[in-house]
Amino acid sequence: MTFSTRPAPRLGTMLLLALGAALVVVLPLLHATGLLSSFTLSVWGKYLCYALLALSVDLLWGHTGLLSLGQALFFTLGGYLHGMYLMRMIGELGQYRKPIPDFLVFLGWERLPAFWEPFASFPFAIAMVFLIPGLVAFGFGYLAFRSRVKGVYFSILTQALTYAASIMFFRNNLLLGGNNGFTDFKFILGYRLDDPGTTRALYVASAVALLLAVAFCRWLRSTKFGLVQHAIRDGENRVLFSGYAAVHFKLFVFVVAALMAAVGGALYTPQVGIINPGEMQPEKSLEAVVWVALGGRGTLLGPALGAVSVNALKSWATRAYPDLWLILLGGIFVLAVLFLPGGLVSLPARLRALFSRRPSS
Amino acid sequence: MKLRLLLASGAIALGLSSSGLRSAETVKVGVLHSLSGTMAISETSLRDILLFTFDEINARGGVLGRKIEPVVVDGASNWPLFAEKAKQLLEQDKVAVTFGCWTSVSRKSVLPVYERNNGLLFYPVQYEGEEESQNVAYTAEAVNQQATPAVDYYLKEGKKKFYLLGSDYVYPQTTNLVLLEYLLSKGVPLANIGGGFRRDGSGKIISAGKYTPFGHIDYQQIVAEIKQFAASGDACVISTLNGDTNVPFFKEYAASGLTSETCPVVSFSISEDEFRGLPADKLVGQLGCWTYFQSLNTPANKKFVADFQTWLKKSNVPGLVKEGRVTCSPMVLSYVGVYIWKAAVEKAGSFEVDKVRAAWKSGLTFDGPGGKVTTQKNMHLTKNVYIGETRADGQFKIVSSFDNVYGEPWLKGKFK
Repeated sequence: MTFSTRPAPRLGTMLLLALGAALVVVLPLLHATGLLSSFTLSVWGKYLCYALLALSVDLLWGHTGLLSLGQALFFTLGGYLHGMYLMRMIGELGQYRKPIPDFLVFLGWERLPAFWEPFASFPFAIAMVFLIPGLVAFGFGYLAFRSRVKGVYFSILTQALTYAASIMFFRNNLLLGGNNGFTDFKFILGYRLDDPGTTRALYVASAVALLLAVAFCRWLRSTKFGLVQHAIRDGENRVLFSGYAAVHFKLFVFVVAALMAAVGGALYTPQVGIINPGEMQPEKSLEAVVWVALGGRGTLLGPALGAVSVNALKSWATRAYPDLWLILLGGIFVLAVLFLPGGLVSLPARLRALFSRRPSS
Repeated sequence: MKLRLLLASGAIALGLSSSGLRSAETVKVGVLHSLSGTMAISETSLRDILLFTFDEINARGGVLGRKIEPVVVDGASNWPLFAEKAKQLLEQDKVAVTFGCWTSVSRKSVLPVYERNNGLLFYPVQYEGEEESQNVAYTAEAVNQQATPAVDYYLKEGKKKFYLLGSDYVYPQTTNLVLLEYLLSKGVPLANIGGGFRRDGSGKIISAGKYTPFGHIDYQQIVAEIKQFAASGDACVISTLNGDTNVPFFKEYAASGLTSETCPVVSFSISEDEFRGLPADKLVGQLGCWTYFQSLNTPANKKFVADFQTWLKKSNVPGLVKEGRVTCSPMVLSYVGVYIWKAAVEKAGSFEVDKVRAAWKSGLTFDGPGGKVTTQKNMHLTKNVYIGETRADGQFKIVSSFDNVYGEPWLKGKFK
């Protein structure tokens, strides 16, 4: 005699579950049976990591009205911190056959610098993946939001932050590989990285992380917190005058978004096999904003859709049209802005509207 | 509906079989350079020369009777994308060989991919050494085919003081460490080596020279330091500055009154092709050191330069720049690489990487535009080294040469 007040699963939920199943189960199964090459699967793993970055941008921009132009910084930090673990796992298999990473040998080091020591532990490295980007985001966010830095000034500051970080990481003296960054990884948790099983496991981890992040964003939207978040986006002063401490809300969202990006970066590094300061340069963060805009800002699936489709297009076009792909991609962005302001996710609704307007005969 | 499906699958099958037929007559060769982004200005020239070389070889019957079918991809100056494109070339296109990369970071990014798939990459641009992969054919200049010959030349000219300057990345850092050891071994005292040193806790020097970041523009202080360093005479500068930063550096250098007479600069990263973006008149008399210069007065080089210009005129490659084109060492080393690969394949009688590598190691020679080159067991090349003086038209006047210099990648700790 209980009356269920829960509504029937809506189309959105169904779609989400179907997509999730396709990503987490179907693609790895195809790979395990040999129908999908390791190359394709690892490239898809990379797209899903980018999707996490896009989701992180959208959590700030689409839902809280904070346009961060430096989100790739947290992504790259996550990548570096996991990369430090992967570098330690190379052991003595580097070019110099020494127990410390190649670039340290090249810089004249004979013993491992102290801060590198604990990164031989996987749990420690993963803890750092959360801790350090989280702390950077907290520190920066606290200062920026408390000083009521808003709008375009906030965007410029985030961009300056990532630019400054990239200059710092380019320096060889930082002992993090300078311009070349980290590469030539061999093992993760004792498994060979070139093993198809490892490729599959990393892919599945990326897919699960992305789904969890999407589910989290969806849940957040349904809470009171989500309402305040949208209220901040649409009229921050009113929120302030209603007695909410907007600073705390914004700070929380900023840190959560940074962690999301950091997880994406941590999964990205072993799958692409390199992490270097180029990833921190401002244009990388700008690219992520473009993915979100193209996919659909402030929507659940838009950011991931944008990230995956732009990067899949890039992969295809840099091979098929190596001379023209930039024009192709740029053209699509312009067309999307002009004719599809709601992004790719608004396409079905647009088409439906188009067809329903047609006189039925 | 069914009929259409049948037709479609028939068409696909036909397409597949015809493409299979095509690949039996051709051999797929990868071209992996940046055609967009910051490195495009340099790397597009390598794509061009490679396409020219393939056309030249195809016109004469190809390799083992098979025409070369280039698979050009754009690495877009994006290092993770380089790794992805390398994987694509090896695992999807199954290319027999790849010609590509310019920066060390792009090579480092694709190296694990080539080692994992046992592919073969021909790498044509001067680099820092400290690497000897069985899956890379280094046609590039090693440090002892550029930097140490330049020091020899300076010593012969009576120079006594050497200032080391570079961009902060792996190539300049390594080159300067090697040069430091080389200079000390030649009896140059530490006090006569400029640019500064960095020592570790025990006082051992772990870095020599002055470094500026990429895109640095303010060279006032550094040039003032060089001026002071050169005041006592017999001084010179060894520059591993990269790309755009050379413009403000040489402008400041000229403005400070330093000249190639009072304190010459030898640069290892400026070739004829770079003068498309650099003011040559600010560098007149300054030195370059490469294993090829366009001004080499040999019949082989003259024919090569003329053939390339003819090809440029009639080629219809999209985006090809036709005016003001020159040839330079990285281009010639790409060209030489293709011919050596061809020779190795023909000697091995197979496109298989293991057999081609064995043929390389057996010692092949090729008479290229820069003179004779010989392959070595360590996957590098023996070649001639030339030193040239910059002219106002962006060409070099050759002032010295060293014949048959062995390419040695492991130089740190070699000169004591």
